[in-house]
Amino acid sequence: MKIMTCPINGRRAISEFAYGGEVREMPDPATVSDESWADYVFNRSGVPGVKKEWWCHTPSGVWFIAERDTATDSILRTYLYAPQTQVRPEPAA
Amino acid sequence: MRRLPKVEGERIDRSEEVRFLFEGKPVRGYRGDTVTSALAASGVRVLGRSFKYHRRRGILSAADHDANALMQVRLADRSVPNVRADVVPVESGWQVSAVNTRGGLAHDRLAVLDRLKPFLPVGFYYKAFHSKRLFPRWERMFRHLSGLGTVDLRAARRSTPKRYDFCDVLVIGAGPSGLAAALAAAGRGARVLLIDENPAAGGSGCYARGGASTALNKTTALLSDVGADLRIRLLTSAYAAGYYADHWLALVTNECIVKVRAGSVIIAQGAYEQPAVFRGNDLPGVMLASAAQRLLYHQAVASARRVAVLTANAHGYAAALDALGNGIEVAAVLDVRDAAGALSAAAGEELTRRGVALHYGVTPLEAVARRGGEVAGLHFQSRTGRSSTRHRIALDGVWMSVGFAPANALLYQAGAQLSYVPALAQFLPTRLPPGVYACGKVNGVYGFEERLLDGRAAGDEAAAGLGFGSAPAARVRPPPLESPNHPYPIFPHPRGGEFVDFDEDLTVKDLANACQEGFDSSELLKRFSTVGMGPSQGKHSNMNALRILGSIRGESLETLGPTTARPMFHPVPLSHLAGRGFTPERRTALDEEHAALGAVWMPAANWRRPEYYAVPGKSRQEAIAAEVRAVRTRVGLIDVGTLGKIEVHGPQAAEFLERVYTARYARLAIGLTRYCLMLDESGVVIDDGVVARLGAESFYFTTTTGNSAILFREFGRLATWWGLPVGLVNLTGHYSAFNLAGPDSRALLAEHTTLDLSNEAFPYLGLREAVIAGAPCRIMRVGFVGELGYEIHLPAEYALDVWRALRASGARFQLQTFGVEAQRILRLEKGHIIVSQDTDGVTNALEIGVNWALRMEKPFFIGQRSLAILGKQPRRQTLVGFDLPAGALRRPREAHLILDGGQIAGRVTSTCLSPTLGRCIGLALVTPAVAEGKTLRIRVDRGEEIEAAIVAPPFYDREGERQRLEQPKPAVDAIRPRAALTSARRRSPLESALAGAAPERSPAANAPLRFLDLSPRERFGCKGPGAEPWLAAAGFTVPRAPNSARVDASGVLVARLAAAEFLIEAVEGGAERVAAARGQLGSAARPAEVYPVARADLVIGISGAHLNRLLRQICSVDFAPLLESRAATSGPVTLTSMIGVSVVALLRDGIDGEPVLTLWVDPSFAHYFWTTLLEVGRDIGAVAVNEYSGAEARESASSHAIHQRG
Repeated sequence: MKIMTCPINGRRAISEFAYGGEVREMPDPATVSDESWADYVFNRSGVPGVKKEWWCHTPSGVWFIAERDTATDSILRTYLYAPQTQVRPEPAA
Repeated sequence: MRRLPKVEGERIDRSEEVRFLFEGKPVRGYRGDTVTSALAASGVRVLGRSFKYHRRRGILSAADHDANALMQVRLADRSVPNVRADVVPVESGWQVSAVNTRGGLAHDRLAVLDRLKPFLPVGFYYKAFHSKRLFPRWERMFRHLSGLGTVDLRAARRSTPKRYDFCDVLVIGAGPSGLAAALAAAGRGARVLLIDENPAAGGSGCYARGGASTALNKTTALLSDVGADLRIRLLTSAYAAGYYADHWLALVTNECIVKVRAGSVIIAQGAYEQPAVFRGNDLPGVMLASAAQRLLYHQAVASARRVAVLTANAHGYAAALDALGNGIEVAAVLDVRDAAGALSAAAGEELTRRGVALHYGVTPLEAVARRGGEVAGLHFQSRTGRSSTRHRIALDGVWMSVGFAPANALLYQAGAQLSYVPALAQFLPTRLPPGVYACGKVNGVYGFEERLLDGRAAGDEAAAGLGFGSAPAARVRPPPLESPNHPYPIFPHPRGGEFVDFDEDLTVKDLANACQEGFDSSELLKRFSTVGMGPSQGKHSNMNALRILGSIRGESLETLGPTTARPMFHPVPLSHLAGRGFTPERRTALDEEHAALGAVWMPAANWRRPEYYAVPGKSRQEAIAAEVRAVRTRVGLIDVGTLGKIEVHGPQAAEFLERVYTARYARLAIGLTRYCLMLDESGVVIDDGVVARLGAESFYFTTTTGNSAILFREFGRLATWWGLPVGLVNLTGHYSAFNLAGPDSRALLAEHTTLDLSNEAFPYLGLREAVIAGAPCRIMRVGFVGELGYEIHLPAEYALDVWRALRASGARFQLQTFGVEAQRILRLEKGHIIVSQDTDGVTNALEIGVNWALRMEKPFFIGQRSLAILGKQPRRQTLVGFDLPAGALRRPREAHLILDGGQIAGRVTSTCLSPTLGRCIGLALVTPAVAEGKTLRIRVDRGEEIEAAIVAPPFYDREGERQRLEQPKPAVDAIRPRAALTSARRRSPLESALAGAAPERSPAANAPLRFLDLSPRERFGCKGPGAEPWLAAAGFTVPRAPNSARVDASGVLVARLAAAEFLIEAVEGGAERVAAARGQLGSAARPAEVYPVARADLVIGISGAHLNRLLRQICSVDFAPLLESRAATSGPVTLTSMIGVSVVALLRDGIDGEPVLTLWVDPSFAHYFWTTLLEVGRDIGAVAVNEYSGAEARESASSHAIHQRG
């Protein structure tokens, strides 16, 4: 069983973790075209290579980012997510 | 075939005789004898019949791949199939017989198959028995003719444990190189686990002696060094069945599978000696030289009187010396090569001196049998210069030593690159993955001293790779002086009978035929001919088959490459693989109550819920209908504690909910609730529930039962992704909930609370926090079942008392508990959907009539953008209601099809016979065209079609009067608390579990493992940006590092869980301080930015010397380092999973010096966790105790007196 390193809880068996999908930038819903939005919602790249993914250490609920090479099945690094400057819709009133 | 006088290093105990029956005849041996060696010592040479042709077979390897010596062993209480005679120690009283015979081993009637050989060519099954109709018959016949042992179906059920183990360096194989490797790694400070598949370590160092004692003495010295090194654990009778990612290996022991996590792995598994392939090589008496040596030195058995040694390496010469040294006559040494090699020359000279004839350039022609099938002679041809001579010698044994095949299956699984090296005629690991090392014969090193050096180097490298010392110099491999392996020890005979695979009865001709049929790649050849697919998994056949394939194709093994080696490396008993399973089950706090009321259970996600309550004399349908009527006319009570229950706190809590759910919550008034609907990014409906506003920055909301865990996790991800620092608290297991619904619900509830329940003070969709029956509760006026109703949510530890109080006074109102099925009918009468029943994985929010809940004008919610696109497109389907006239005979069922002009136009999603309306109603997802019509055509059972009227739901109380305001029942003002406001008390989640399981309890302080329920301790949790400063200001000692805990001087534990959540518990005192802080957290004067975390945990204290033995059966985390460094007042917190359940674990030192492990577990897992832990612990002598004794007494001193047992 593979080992993954949670940035908070350390090295654990992969069975303690849950996958949360690839880290993807959501296009701004206000300006994006229907086609680009559909592409964002439905299409994923399965090409083997380095992927940036969401992973959760389930006993603690810690979410973090894992960079994984799916061609070699190796985990390159893991770190906590730092929200970049990102386009977000205005907060609700 | 006789027992020798005492041999140095023998593994038998001559003082203890073993008597057993073989094929009905009594046999004697000694303790330490295998079945094979005991039989051999008694002169029995035929041990079994071959798989296909039922030929007589004897000893081949004596090393766990004698697939023709599998035994059925009858014991007093059961019968065990496929016992490997060559390695399993025999015991007195066994009744042993060969598998796969008819009429006994000696006169097997199926031996006739041997004469039918010409009619049974390779691939014969595929060609002759492909008729689908007749195949089952043929299959039965062949299973009968060619089989293995018989499974004893009467054998008692056994539960095999599973274990975890950990080490720095795992050394697989305890032969000379493995022993040297283990010592070198341990010498650098690494914790080493050394395993060997044999009952005793030492490998070939103990039996390949060449007539001398040097190797034995050195091996014995190594073994004693290993025994003296405390860092090395030696595990014998254990093999590594598979290598998995990151040095995770499955070890198979006699008792169970052990899952080992190693820092690095050294493969020192050696090599299997390989048979020479010549006519008659399968006759009993023809065996591998190493098999003969093992019998000689392990069990002091001479396997023959007069042997010829057929060889191509120095090992054969050494074996000949071993024969001479033990009184076995050596008729000749037959060297396949033209001359002896550099390593065998000296032995050859000695053999000549001692009168042994040496022949070179030998081609074995045929081994011939005497009557009875045993080998009696060997015909061979030898060559000197250009002249060749034919010889015939009489003998009763042929020892083959022509080469080895490396045991490199695990290396292959680990991803090593294996390349054929012609100089050695062997596959060698030429590139190893990080952390994997090889040494000894598997690495192409055969000399005894060289193997020690190679092993030592591997041990140094493996330890250095983990940081133990500096990297050693690179290994140098001097070119071999003499190859141990012959490149082509295959000698076809015109009349065939040269066996390549002894398991599957394959000869050279069979493989040639398979190639001729076109199956001429190694993988195809294997599948068509089944070579290597028998019980020995090709250990003695794959190499020769590959050589034959190479010869037929004219290719070298360098290009053919090795065959794939997958787990399992060796057959594993199914009982081991099945092992003890862990299936976590959740139960609500009211589980025992439901059971007592006759609940019929149904699974709901990993919970169990009452489907309905059985009533004697009533059918299921009648019982459910009665439950429905009670809710409509009087009052009903349902446990809805399985709902996901979540709090979200913080200035951005409202924004978080607005982004997650489709409706608006920013302006939701405090004390009100609102329906919530969650979509995925494509606009598909995935969940729904209710959001209640507790305060300006605090909300409480529910999810469906099945989604609670996964959605809570996803909420955490979304908050992180969106950069919304909200405090999310999962109360699902820590809170209970039940719904009191029906016209009388207000009157009943009023008896237990001082809360003003009038419609004005507590309107429909309102939320109130109040004390009910003495317990702090949240009450929501909801209308899911369509009646006046109060959904009561409260900390799980109070649930039982409040439920009982309501039921007690409910008797006056004829209160009816109702189950999930009645609730489904009630909501269907109201036309309320159930997400994932009335929707599926592609149903979007525009299709189910909930547009009122979709606030498209909001800036953002998940799925909003997709709905905007979908809104522009024609609708795919629409949810409609339908009903059938009362008394309709044929009724639809869920998933029945809706037809439109003979085409499928939808399906029924929900339907029932409404007890309230007296007719069948339902919901269906249909095409828009059908939805616009007046009727539905539904295809029901047996293909019949019925017509139903389309009716807009709700079917019952269309105006929703009943759930909003009650009809003139007793005037609200007149209602006053009548029942005494009973004071509910906190209860341990184990109270019902213990009542059900009734474990053995003992005050035994000296039990090796003691379990204590610590749930009643005073405790609370909190998180949020203000939590740490508030705790510090309140005088608690807050540990700084993530996942650490401290117990302060007053006995209060503060644990930091992960980075920023806290658990505070009175472990050795300080209960009042903890209670006071908890009170403040729950009060209106809650400190700013501190979010309470309800902790109704099951808390178990486990103490005792055998703690780690338990941990190694329940958790994949290695606690050994924590056990070594444990302290009394502080320690690291481990958030991990045990037996499938998330736990918080803290290891501390008890006063008496024994470790005390405290586990905090979600209380809904209490029953499962406690009973499973007790079951696992039983083998270790675990007992449940009422209180810690002696020095641990202080642990329980702070346990509440309220914790009583029924």
